[in-house]
Amino acid sequence: MERLMEILKEIDDTVDYGREKALIDNGIWDSFAVITLIGELEEAFGVRIAPAQIVPRNFNSAEAIWDMVRKLQEA
Amino acid sequence: MAYHTALYLFVFLPAALLAYQLFPARHRWKCLLFFSYLFFWLISGKLVVCLMGMTVFTHYIGVWLGWLKTQEPGAARKSRERAVLIFGIVMLLLFLGYLKYYNFFAANANRLLRTAGSSWGFSAKTLVLPIGISFYTLQAIGYMADVYWEKTAPERSLGKMALFLGFFPQLMEGPISSYSQTAGQLWAGRGLKGEDLSQGGVRILWGLMKKLVVADRLHVLVKTVFGSPQDHRGAVIAVAAIAYTIQLYMEFSGCMDIVIGTGRMFGVTLPENFRRPFASRSASEFWRRWHITLGTWLKTYIFYPISVSGPAKKWNRFAGRKWGRYAARLGVSAMALFPVWLCNGLWHGPRWSYIFYGMYYFAVIFTGLAMEPVWDRASAFFHIRREARYWRPVQLLRTWVIIVIGELFFRAISLKMGIRMFFSMFQGFSLSALWDGTLMKLGLDAGDFLAVAGGCLAVGIAGSLRERRGIGAEQLGKLRLPVRWMLYYGLIFAVIIFGAYGPGYQQVDLIYAGF
Repeated sequence: MERLMEILKEIDDTVDYGREKALIDNGIWDSFAVITLIGELEEAFGVRIAPAQIVPRNFNSAEAIWDMVRKLQEA
Repeated sequence: MAYHTALYLFVFLPAALLAYQLFPARHRWKCLLFFSYLFFWLISGKLVVCLMGMTVFTHYIGVWLGWLKTQEPGAARKSRERAVLIFGIVMLLLFLGYLKYYNFFAANANRLLRTAGSSWGFSAKTLVLPIGISFYTLQAIGYMADVYWEKTAPERSLGKMALFLGFFPQLMEGPISSYSQTAGQLWAGRGLKGEDLSQGGVRILWGLMKKLVVADRLHVLVKTVFGSPQDHRGAVIAVAAIAYTIQLYMEFSGCMDIVIGTGRMFGVTLPENFRRPFASRSASEFWRRWHITLGTWLKTYIFYPISVSGPAKKWNRFAGRKWGRYAARLGVSAMALFPVWLCNGLWHGPRWSYIFYGMYYFAVIFTGLAMEPVWDRASAFFHIRREARYWRPVQLLRTWVIIVIGELFFRAISLKMGIRMFFSMFQGFSLSALWDGTLMKLGLDAGDFLAVAGGCLAVGIAGSLRERRGIGAEQLGKLRLPVRWMLYYGLIFAVIIFGAYGPGYQQVDLIYAGF
């Protein structure tokens, strides 16, 4: 989770990731931020994110992103 | 029978609502299906077979993919699934492409062949486009991809698939919905409710106000200038481009209000297509607020799949190591953005001006991305906080200029004429044209301009209240009865008194129904 927070801060350090629950739904992140994050996640955690996983509920908060990464690592 | 006509509002819709309520709950979706096909048949006649054929094909592909998913998992199954999906998408696109783009392709190919000295050429064909084909083709492709990605289970019932693709309020202009957004609601068979009917009715009235009071009135001015562009120049062209931008928004979003209001009457919540687009601070934000369902479709089924594809990842690794993260990100963005904007342009129709329109936004958004580090440094140097309130008007103005220029090319009768109009805007440009009576010679009088301004103001205030304070039509029900009915009557009389119909006006077809 710590590494994930570092990645998120590198992408946009103006967001309070501990509290924000609607990164996509509230338009805080755009699609360019999402694809940048995907590239970083794949490199840092050795996972492969498929188009089917790119849905707002998987990217709306730091916890949701972390849950997705853990599930992909376990799969 | 478009959505704003008396036939639809006073005959078709009430008949559909009445029949829907009279049907037993579990059969109500069949009633919706009947009225949807009746609606299509009333507009496009025997072309209803196109919708039927597309429905059967989409249903079959879904069932096929579903069956494959029950087979032994492995690479072979995956590749078979991919082949079925590609087959499904290619067939739908070939069908759409043939009907919509064949003559465009033939005309351009013939031009090339003539240049090369060949006497052979493609013959033009008389092709009739079924209403709404561009909208439900995207829904069908989205459904197939969702089944492939296991976002949704394949629909076993052919009738229900037919209703998902052909639900009559969505047929002509969308919104383009995914299967998971609307399908379940369509066959829930929820009975009519007083609240849904009144909320839906208000939304329909609001849409009529936008179309009849503002859009159809501006149509007169827009048609005068864009119909004979050689007779105008300078500020008049700029005013016409602004007027068209407002007309298009009021018309398309007004139609969406009628569509969403109709859905609401049946207890179906359709996705929103507009969210105060002119409050955008950038071109990319504009496209997150304008024709949202098309943008979402392009993002889900083109942008993201390309962004995470093998070649994009290879580039990401290669460029990241060689030139750093910025270059890697820029390359992937270009790779994914180009097809998105090419498809956006082409989707609107077989014209070079639409392709140019798509490429224009590709250039604007990609340049914005590429220049980001420069803006960051410049902002730091000049101590500009880009999120600050004082900077917002600059961002809004810049975005409006980008939007209006785009719409000028979009509306011009050809790309060549669009370019000519763009440059003629700077010839003899004088702000005095705004008050010296020039604008009064374009088909509208002072009363018309006042009605347009009043309509725009009302839409602006309502949009701002909804977005900033969360006050929408739902809150109308909480108002005291006299106040509530005063607003309802105000809206009804605004449409009746200020609507642009009758002598001096002509009925204006829905613009997006032509796409």
